[in-house]
Amino acid sequence: MTRSTPMRLKLARLNLAALHIALIASLGLTAVGTIAFAEEVKPRVVSLGGSVTETVVALGAADVLVGRDSTSNYPESILALPDVGYIRALSPEGVLSLAPDLILSEEGAGPVEAVTVLNDGGIPFVTMPGAYSAQGVLDKIAAVAAALHLEAEGDALIARTAEGFAKANAAAEAVTAPKSVLFVISLQGGRVMAGGEGSSAAGIIALAGGVNAVTGFQGYKQITDEAVIAAAPDVILMMDRGGDLALSAEDVLATPALAATPAAKAGRIIRMDGMLLLGFGPRTPDAALALNAALYGG
Amino acid sequence: MVMLAETLPSQDRATRAVRVTQGLAVVLALAAFASLGSGATGVSLHDMLDGITEREALILWDIRLPRLAMGVLVGAALAVSGALMQGLFRNPLADPGIVGVGAGAGLGAVLAIVLGGLLPAGLAAWLGPHLVPFAAFLGGWGATLALYRLASRGGNVSVATMLLAGIALGALAGAVTGVLIYMADDRQLRDLTFWGMGSLAGASWTKIAASLPFILPVLVLSPLLARGLNALALGEAQARHTGVDTERLKRVTILGVAASAGAAVAIAGGIGFIGIVVPHLLRLATGPDHRFLLPNAALLGASLLVMADIFARTVLAPAELPIGIVTAIIGAPVFLWILLQRRGIGGL
Repeated sequence: MTRSTPMRLKLARLNLAALHIALIASLGLTAVGTIAFAEEVKPRVVSLGGSVTETVVALGAADVLVGRDSTSNYPESILALPDVGYIRALSPEGVLSLAPDLILSEEGAGPVEAVTVLNDGGIPFVTMPGAYSAQGVLDKIAAVAAALHLEAEGDALIARTAEGFAKANAAAEAVTAPKSVLFVISLQGGRVMAGGEGSSAAGIIALAGGVNAVTGFQGYKQITDEAVIAAAPDVILMMDRGGDLALSAEDVLATPALAATPAAKAGRIIRMDGMLLLGFGPRTPDAALALNAALYGG
Repeated sequence: MVMLAETLPSQDRATRAVRVTQGLAVVLALAAFASLGSGATGVSLHDMLDGITEREALILWDIRLPRLAMGVLVGAALAVSGALMQGLFRNPLADPGIVGVGAGAGLGAVLAIVLGGLLPAGLAAWLGPHLVPFAAFLGGWGATLALYRLASRGGNVSVATMLLAGIALGALAGAVTGVLIYMADDRQLRDLTFWGMGSLAGASWTKIAASLPFILPVLVLSPLLARGLNALALGEAQARHTGVDTERLKRVTILGVAASAGAAVAIAGGIGFIGIVVPHLLRLATGPDHRFLLPNAALLGASLLVMADIFARTVLAPAELPIGIVTAIIGAPVFLWILLQRRGIGGL
């Protein structure tokens, strides 16, 4: 489904777009103001998906963003941008109201009808690759940079990020006794929802030189207490979302199955920022190194 | 304060009902204009009067007009289906869910969302984005037909059996849905949640064209059932004595509801409340006569859903609220208030 429409900003269309923007924004400001606006116009980009937004910002292009989705919450400065809602439940007119020239998106934006309308409106809707691996992150950066015509900045960021991955990889390779890690995404009603194969959690655990403690299912699933005990993880990994949503060490110890694991008995519970840990954007090498350090005290 | 219908003589009731019809037609027209003229972009109908730009044309023809049309269709279909069900079951709490449309459609949608990936690639590509609505429609129909068969014996349909079997089938559908939810991944879970809250954000001419043949005939022809449903209010035996073919009435009503409510749920997801509240409000205002109740329900249901949609897509702009939340959040307190008012006057 990846649509690799290169953004060809034609001057005529830009002028027209700027005219609309100015008309709507200023409710009929004078023609002089409109022309002045058109001369300094930048592309207007709506970014959907936290990792794509982070990538745009890391490319130094934060000033082209005019909108974000509800999963884009890093860096904090972008929270001031209008929020178009959840990436799977977009409002076509809501996105149009930001008058974007380009929409960058993670995979799976919807509903399909909304995406179709935006495409019909002549707004390129570019979907980024999103594999949970080092290569996936580099591909994503390359795709975002290409869509924004920031190839030089893209190459620099790719080099930086690849270097980061090389460091993380070296740290992971240096591990002699890999620890098994159970990623717990939530504890609803005392039932453990864990990250299985192919999940973003499995991806980051592998990058950090750990072994995912649970296998045999895809994505995030609730697992039984016995499966938790059988997994016998050395370490429990959780998200630290701040505020009331965060799971605490007490929550873990209050869950009998988790309390019985080697991880809980030894108090090896790691909490990290969810978007950093699972986002798979330019910060992922840092996340892998941080997790590696937390796991192996490196 | 609204005068209660049951205190009026029948001639006055008829005049009053006709006036309500006229009033509702005006309300719907106003709501339609408001809907076309409002949205996140702030483009108003006035802006389009002197020449329409390409962008305004897109907003009007591809976004707002299909949304308006879908809101009218779905709102009217849900309200009329509700009125038909309440007439058939002689119970003001009945809604299309009772004949399994809701549970069946929900099960169909969940199946499509969670297991859609297992379909042969050719079929999946052919159905594309229409897989979920299609599955929901099939599910709604399948459940209704199954219930109908369960409740039929020797050409007679037992309404009571249908009600009980509907509850059992609902529980079964709920259990299967639970299994599928367990299998679903994160994204599918969120899709399921959003489907259950309903939305007109996926409005398109294709969906409207696909649902129109199921909804429009029911809206237009339902008043033909009014006499039979009025007679049925006295009881099945009495209705038969007045010359009503009750078996045919039941069959036609159930199929009509399966068609219209099934299509509405398929394209817009789970939108609650309209089917129960709209007929109830109208019965309070103009009495239980189905000759007026059915057309008025279509008008009021359409108006309410269009207005709820205006709210849903402007209050959080550029994001939007699922419309099912809006209908419940605004509808439920208003409904309670009316019930309390009514208790204050006449006793419930």
